[in-house]
Amino acid sequence: MTRRPSRTGASRRDFLRSSVGTSGALVIGLYLPGCARHSIRRREMAEHAERTGEFVPNAWIKITRDNQIIFTLDRVEMGQGTMTSHTMMVAEELEVDPGSIRVELARAERRYDHDQFFMQVTGGSTSVVEAWQPLRKAAAAAREMLRKAASAAWNVKMSECEAQNGAILHKPSGRRAAYGELTEIAALLEVPSPQLKKPDQWKVLGTPLGRLDAPAKSDGTARFGIDVVVAGMVNAVVIRCPVIGGKPRAIRADAARAQPGVSGVFPIRNGVAVVADTYWRARSAAAKVEVDWDEGALSGFDTESFRKELAHRAEEFGKNVRDHGNVDRALASAATKLEVVYEVPYLAHATMEPMNCTAHVSDRGCEVWAPSQAPGLARELIAHMTDIPFDDIVVHNTLIGGGFGRRLAQDYVAEAVDISQRIKKPVKVVWSREDDMQNDFYRPQTYNVLKGGVDAEGNPIAWSHRLVAQSIFGQIGKDWLSAMMPDWMPRVAKLMMGRSGARMFKTSVLTDGTSVEGAVEIPYAIENLNVEYVEHEPGVPVGFWRSVGHSENAFVVESFIDELAHAAGRDPFEFRRALLKKSPRNLGVLELAAEKAGWGKRLPPGVFRGIAQHESFASFCAQVAEISVKDGALQVHRVVCAVDCGQVVNPDIVEAQMEGAIVFGLSAALKQQITFAGGRVQQSNFHDYAMLRMFEMPRIEVHIVASDESPTGVGEPGLPPIAPAVANAIFAATGHRIRRLPIESELANVGKIR
Amino acid sequence: MTVSHGIVFKVNGTEQTVEVEPETPLLWVLREQLGLTGTKFGCGMALCGSCTVHLDGQAIRSCVVPIREVAGRAVRTIEGLTGPRGGPHPLQKAWVAENVPQCGYCQSGQIMSAAAMLAERPLPSDEDIDAVMSANVCRCGTYQRIRKAIHRAAGEMAASRGGDS
Repeated sequence: MTRRPSRTGASRRDFLRSSVGTSGALVIGLYLPGCARHSIRRREMAEHAERTGEFVPNAWIKITRDNQIIFTLDRVEMGQGTMTSHTMMVAEELEVDPGSIRVELARAERRYDHDQFFMQVTGGSTSVVEAWQPLRKAAAAAREMLRKAASAAWNVKMSECEAQNGAILHKPSGRRAAYGELTEIAALLEVPSPQLKKPDQWKVLGTPLGRLDAPAKSDGTARFGIDVVVAGMVNAVVIRCPVIGGKPRAIRADAARAQPGVSGVFPIRNGVAVVADTYWRARSAAAKVEVDWDEGALSGFDTESFRKELAHRAEEFGKNVRDHGNVDRALASAATKLEVVYEVPYLAHATMEPMNCTAHVSDRGCEVWAPSQAPGLARELIAHMTDIPFDDIVVHNTLIGGGFGRRLAQDYVAEAVDISQRIKKPVKVVWSREDDMQNDFYRPQTYNVLKGGVDAEGNPIAWSHRLVAQSIFGQIGKDWLSAMMPDWMPRVAKLMMGRSGARMFKTSVLTDGTSVEGAVEIPYAIENLNVEYVEHEPGVPVGFWRSVGHSENAFVVESFIDELAHAAGRDPFEFRRALLKKSPRNLGVLELAAEKAGWGKRLPPGVFRGIAQHESFASFCAQVAEISVKDGALQVHRVVCAVDCGQVVNPDIVEAQMEGAIVFGLSAALKQQITFAGGRVQQSNFHDYAMLRMFEMPRIEVHIVASDESPTGVGEPGLPPIAPAVANAIFAATGHRIRRLPIESELANVGKIR
Repeated sequence: MTVSHGIVFKVNGTEQTVEVEPETPLLWVLREQLGLTGTKFGCGMALCGSCTVHLDGQAIRSCVVPIREVAGRAVRTIEGLTGPRGGPHPLQKAWVAENVPQCGYCQSGQIMSAAAMLAERPLPSDEDIDAVMSANVCRCGTYQRIRKAIHRAAGEMAASRGGDS
């Protein structure tokens, strides 16, 4: 069928030199495209091909002589769909069936650093955004090199060589060569910078391709971090202080040491490690260890007094993060004035796979297997805490059983490395659910004073928002990393914070974008508007929780705009619509959600609607929730969601992410809070930190706005509108305004409503 | 705590003998002694269903069942789940067809719960699904797709039974 070029690399190279007129000079060329760290030195590419027969034109793509196409995924797969979406981008430009690509998970390597975060990190709903140009270009370049290789081998015009389904076809002669047959020639060529396909040429992108990881996740073969097994491995658990940040003062462990399989009980930085041959033996023995704790700074921390502290701080002026017009004057002249307080609680991530990590520190270096959103940070951390040369540290990434921002922190990695270093064996550390829930980096609790005014015609003329909250970035700089490692390298702290963080700390302005995001960029045309931020730091560890600041601020903003609509006697949808004339994408999703939900049309008796819209991560999302409240019990029946995330890589994954974010947001809005008493987290497992379950699941309908804009994030933007949409529906149903989350406790607090 | 000598039980049709403390939960025997890691640890308190397996055909939470209670009985895990004629279970095919999994961590347990339900109620109503599947938590929020996939599998199983007669 096909004439195979000669099998030996040397003769191929000789052949190519003569046929395409290149000389020995070609192997000293260095290709430096826009994204230099993903490129490979041309000499290395050629020598690698000569040695292995593999064509490796960049950091992501490898084609073997036996025609395997291997894509190295450098963003983690934690359910959000990178394995499928990124493979689709490669498949499209490389002209191969996505199902024929073997996906490998990248280790931590600096060439996979994130463009904005300067480190190998998956977060911020950025994975598709960031890969969109360079990854498609890398695949297109590989395709062009294969075409050129075929044209050289066959001595025909390149324009007659077409890439098709993993092979190059020369139509005039009917000759065909699978990519694997062209690897060694292609590896000698210059990496070009080709044009990308136009959307009307797409065969893969934009289609609802089934998730590539679905089969392995349906038959039990998918391997997560917790499933890692290493030869000679032992298991460890860590007994943690009931107060976060506490340290062991004295240990009585004789009974535990006498348990079967137990090989060690010893203090580590953040607790007491119990090592045994199996997890269960370590866990059972841990119950027999007695520890005296130095409870540390959070001893005595209490949620009720913390609320009062926040309220007290709200009496101060904050930093102006947005200010235009004259709010005081406008409020004084308003026909109707409102002044209210909104509060949201701390929240845990509660990923289904508890934190875990397997580490092996040996004389030869350190090898780690971690379900981490930040393998790059893990590697930097290990280099610092062990003095092992950076090059001798290998961090393997695994499938992740839910991230939601929790796995950006690397505390569980540090702990496993610490224990392995001490016992000089490979060790797997698995957290209990209680460990996980009580030692999180929580979504901050916030306190918000809102003032607003509408004039006699029902137009909003004043908006004032004073927000009191902890700063995540403030903690990263001061405590987050130092909690893992006391003398944290400033470089890493700076890298972790990214550009905005670094700038923030340099100028000491210290207004954390993640605290005020969603509160600052209000799209509504209100002439007099002021947003102030008061940073208040009680020392509770805080972190990035799906949609971060937007998760709390959208609830506040979209609830309060609803209050103003009702104060003005206007329909909440029409009220927003009139204020969004200069924000077409916000308006687009708002109108689409309203239309699909049948806004204004009659509902079954007892069912009421609420609406909300919010922009986050450069995507726009609006939701209409249909609910009923019977004897104080809330049921959410239906959620209609409209999303504008630019061009769509895979509409089914976009829908799934909207569905997932709505459920995640509903669980939080309805049920969840982390509270403290005596410094202790009062929630411990799924009975007191509840998740939405099947019987509570609303019908969710997702509508995607057709768009030519570049793709934007989808992992998080579906979350912010759901809490206010539901709260606004509750107001429509009961006349009771929800100003504090979670809703179920709030409904219980106010007693029976209508 | 003593090590029991040779607890014998069947896993996915094969007889296994394990030497562990009799209080060891079945979950950890499956995962650590037998290398069957498709069954997951989620809560340790029978609250989330990630560890669901079949014990003599009934869906149980293996994180709270001590191995001594399993002696002489038959366990089926996700690795041993098959359709009526061998091969993947119709639920597993439906899970792929409906693109159910996101992170996928809870899905072994979801599928095992659904499989036990279908064995008893071949054509479950939405209320049946609510009653049984509410014991399984999915943090990624795939419930709507799980419901669709169960109906799809039930429909296909019914059609294939019809074909037999």
